[in-house]
Amino acid sequence: MAELNTGDGGGKKGSKKVRSKKSNAKVDLTAMVDLAFLLITFFMLTTSLSKPQSMDLGLPDKEDKKEPQKDIKVDQRRTMTIIMGKDNKIKWYHGLLDSPEPGGAPTDAVYGKNGLRKEILKRVVSIPQVTGDKDKGMIVIIKPTKKSTYRNLVDVLDEMAICKVPTYAIVNDITPEEQKLVDEMNK
Amino acid sequence: MAKVKSHKAAGSIDMTAMCDVAFLLLTFFILTATAKVPEPLPVDTPASTVQTKLPETGLVTITIGKSDGEDRVFFGMKDRAIRSGALDYMAQKYKVSFTEQEKAQFALIDEFGVPIEGLKQLLAMKASDRAKKGVQPGVPCDSINKQLQDWIQYARLANIDQGANKELQFAIKGDAKEEYPEIKKVMDILQDQKINSFNLVTGLRGKDY
Repeated sequence: MAELNTGDGGGKKGSKKVRSKKSNAKVDLTAMVDLAFLLITFFMLTTSLSKPQSMDLGLPDKEDKKEPQKDIKVDQRRTMTIIMGKDNKIKWYHGLLDSPEPGGAPTDAVYGKNGLRKEILKRVVSIPQVTGDKDKGMIVIIKPTKKSTYRNLVDVLDEMAICKVPTYAIVNDITPEEQKLVDEMNK
Repeated sequence: MAKVKSHKAAGSIDMTAMCDVAFLLLTFFILTATAKVPEPLPVDTPASTVQTKLPETGLVTITIGKSDGEDRVFFGMKDRAIRSGALDYMAQKYKVSFTEQEKAQFALIDEFGVPIEGLKQLLAMKASDRAKKGVQPGVPCDSINKQLQDWIQYARLANIDQGANKELQFAIKGDAKEEYPEIKKVMDILQDQKINSFNLVTGLRGKDY
């Protein structure tokens, strides 16, 4: 295989062409193999990686208006609220808006590992220590405003996954006080 | 003297077998690779670090994106049987009749964005013309014209008719720049039908962004 026989295979024994019969041209397959493997790599990577990724999102059941809604009391020390404004701006606070937890007053932040993630990671660790119960971890309330984009939402949900926040919820109603913050941010 | 001989032997490995294997694999990967179909509404999905793959079957994709400065919603079903099942239901409800040929044509469309009244014209077009800009205005999903709701419902019904034991899954494929209220609108439509869990289609990125 892969040997080109250039000699005419006998018949002229003893003639001058004996020499050329000997030169069995072996085709150099190196370049061909290189190319083949390059293509294999390309097809392997594109077939498995081009499948779109997805993010699971479970939302709470929409409550019917028939039953009066019960307010669930949640420890204010556990909640961090993230408000997403326009132009990729974020405001977050920890605790209640009127009486935030120490170091948790409404602050501007940016997306990414040096912005929001630092704050979340810090609190993921500190909140169970404050409450003294492992199961009472952090709760993040995500509030997208009308001007925020889908990318912002996915980015924040992604932060939740990266920081392993135990509980988070997307909340759509914005209180008048928070609206003030939003207006300030969107200015 | 013996050492001189070994010097002469320049190593030339026989590549034949390697070449055979390489091309065998290459053929395999080329044949299994699926060709990318042109999307009627191209969207730029946001990136995330989560790496859950979308299911191959039993999936409905709702694409939300902007084209010509307007928000448009496109509807796509993965399984052909569900496509034709849902079309039958829609034809009944909106009193539009389709010929067998049109039904067969519809089963081949991955994703569409026309109101049911305009579906006939879309099916009459060539496949290459359908992806052109401005041809498909999006599936109506406002408070007056609730065709998206119907498509979702009938796709689920068709899924049950197929005897599938798995619930139809829904994925939202939104453009990164799309504003939240548009996404919320579609999520609300899904939630009105008690679909509380769905997938968001995202791209891939590392953790150090």
